[in-house]
Amino acid sequence: MTVKPHPRSGADEASRSDSQAVRASRLDEEPMPRRDFLGRAALWSAASAMFLAVLGIARLPRAAVLPSPSKKYRVTLPASMADGVAFVPQGRSVAIVRDADGIYAISTVCTHLGCIVKHTPEGFECPCHGSRFGGDGHVVRGPAPKALSWLALQDTGGGTIMIDEGKVVAAGTKVKVA
Amino acid sequence: MSAPIVSRSESANTTRADDAPALSRALTNLRMAPSRLMQTMFRSGPPKSDRSRSSFVFGNVFLHLHSVRVHRWTLRWSATAGLGVLTIAAFLIALVTGVLLMFYYKPYPEVAYLSMKDIHFVVPTGRFIRNIHRWSANIMVVGVLLHMGRVFYTSGYRTPREFNWIIGMALLVVTLGLSFTGYLLPWDQLAYWAITIGANIAQSPREVTDALGITASFDPGGFQRLLLLGSDTVGEEALIRFYLLHVMVLPMALLALLSVHMWRVRKDGGIVRPIDADQRLAPLGNETYPVFTQAPQKTYQLAAIVRGRSAEVGNGPENTVPAMPHLFYAEAAVFMVTVLVCVVWALCQDAPLKELANPNVPENPAKAPWYFLGLQELVAFSAFMGGIGIPSIVLLGIGLIPFLERETEGTGDWFGGPGGKSLVFGSIVYGLATVLGVEAFAIHFGWIRQWWVAAPQLLITAINPGTVLTALYAGYSIAMIRRYNSTRAGAVGLFTCFLCGFLVLTIIGTHFRGPNWEFYWSPTLWPEH
Ligand code: HEM
Repeated sequence: MTVKPHPRSGADEASRSDSQAVRASRLDEEPMPRRDFLGRAALWSAASAMFLAVLGIARLPRAAVLPSPSKKYRVTLPASMADGVAFVPQGRSVAIVRDADGIYAISTVCTHLGCIVKHTPEGFECPCHGSRFGGDGHVVRGPAPKALSWLALQDTGGGTIMIDEGKVVAAGTKVKVA
Repeated sequence: MSAPIVSRSESANTTRADDAPALSRALTNLRMAPSRLMQTMFRSGPPKSDRSRSSFVFGNVFLHLHSVRVHRWTLRWSATAGLGVLTIAAFLIALVTGVLLMFYYKPYPEVAYLSMKDIHFVVPTGRFIRNIHRWSANIMVVGVLLHMGRVFYTSGYRTPREFNWIIGMALLVVTLGLSFTGYLLPWDQLAYWAITIGANIAQSPREVTDALGITASFDPGGFQRLLLLGSDTVGEEALIRFYLLHVMVLPMALLALLSVHMWRVRKDGGIVRPIDADQRLAPLGNETYPVFTQAPQKTYQLAAIVRGRSAEVGNGPENTVPAMPHLFYAEAAVFMVTVLVCVVWALCQDAPLKELANPNVPENPAKAPWYFLGLQELVAFSAFMGGIGIPSIVLLGIGLIPFLERETEGTGDWFGGPGGKSLVFGSIVYGLATVLGVEAFAIHFGWIRQWWVAAPQLLITAINPGTVLTALYAGYSIAMIRRYNSTRAGAVGLFTCFLCGFLVLTIIGTHFRGPNWEFYWSPTLWPEH
């Protein structure tokens, strides 16, 4: 870009224009007369207003309403639960296991890409990309980056428990249920 | 020849206007209305000569995205193989059939599935239209990949076409986005689990942030997933988002980008051709006549004097022919072939529709659309690297091609430049051998966690067979740059290797992976489940 001095005043410009007319052609970039400043200022403020408005509008598609079903629910345990055999409540992705120390709940959502793992005698296995987990949910094989989560559960009496899928507890947390 | 016609009828009118009563003038005007409509629609009159045909193209907003005259080189079948137009044709077919499907499709979980069943089994021609939609979308993906290959191997990305290459990449991304968002809409098992996996790939930066322990304060993965699904799970919010993207946002983005793409082809001087194309073409036939035998009636009209070189400066119009009809015939032919393939394919094979989506039982194996199965193969080793890292590296690499490779040798010729065909052939051999070797190793011996269960997650994330491949390919590319002392040779090596890698990984993911993503020689060997 060819840099030219800004005209200092209208008189300046008028006196210059004769000599300039010889050299300047339609190909040259034009100097910015003072009155253009207002135009530019208006343009820039309009542009920044639009930009800020777009930022504000962009907040809309961020999920604000989370319509997912409640993550806390009550489960009635089956009358007899063999040690080490997982019980999966209908329509839930959690495995409830009983052993000598009590009852615990492990999420069956694979930590790799969210498929539902299957409980097997050796632990858990994921059908999607072959991740394997031990009986306590730690990763044994495959691409899963983390152990399966242990979920908070609470004895609510009468052979029922309350599970909170939203709350992860330390692995090994077992609850005695009558 | 058209301009006089207009003025003659105009003057006839004014004389009559003076003597005839207003009512009969109105009647005459009514009678003339259709022809006047045509006149104002197509100012240049009926396209009966080269010049009026050119004006016709020039004066039509859609047609003038083309150039008015095209070089004869462009019309040779080998110049483009018609692949860009094939992609457009497939897109248009998908557009029309997609609008038809929207008459019946309802974007709400379960209802969506039922409406797909209605379309498939009840609506007259519904299954046919759905099949065409599905298969034309597939053709579009194949078309855009082949087209990119054509542009690359004819060096069509070189100056002044760098920007159009970038626009093309945006088109590639939008095309894949259209296919991916469409995949969820049937709300069957296939759809549900493919999108669950896809959304969790979007979340996979968490692998890294978790390992660094900063997820609580910085969680781009969780943000991406939430933005995509609008919820924690793939449900009604996700479906409506995907629907919106699929039927509105992405098609409009594609149309806008496509207009720029076509317009740039014209502004960049037409399709790339060798510098000596004129000499290599056979002389003009007798039936074509040169452009400037008749004196132009109209002098040029300029908005302002343009500085610098436009693509046409210094190039005479000789050896060009009017786009109408020569180019249009070629385009129509490609279009008809595409329609034919879609129709025959739709008659022979139905688009898949599995059972209703069940969030508690994954489809096994859960497979994405075929063109993502190469990525899924990598994701099966580590999600972040396979699903986000490698694709980003590949896109970045493709985008850098026209800026890193700025040579001129061989422009416009297939496999032109240093090395030529033998370099391409060598790269294919190397590319195939490497990907097959790495995959065979990974399938036979397993990957890091099989040998070292307690391996740190960052290591597992970073060292993916894809990373190894990328490194081997990059090394090869550098070796080629040095061997031929040419960046073009490096680009050819890299691009060819990645094509081979993509192809092999896709085939393995599609054909050789079964339940639990285990290796099977053929789907017939899959265990019952
Ligand atoms: C929806 C996807 C796309 C469509 C419909 C499309 C369409 C077209 C068409 C019709 C042409 C004219 C020449 C021909 O027919 O081959 C063209 C040229 C071109 N395309 Fe594309 N394209 C797409 C994607 C891409 C991609 C992915 C790239 C590269 C990354 C790309 C880069 C180019 C370039 C550089 C040219 C000019 C080539 C030359 O001058 O030879 N396009 N495109």
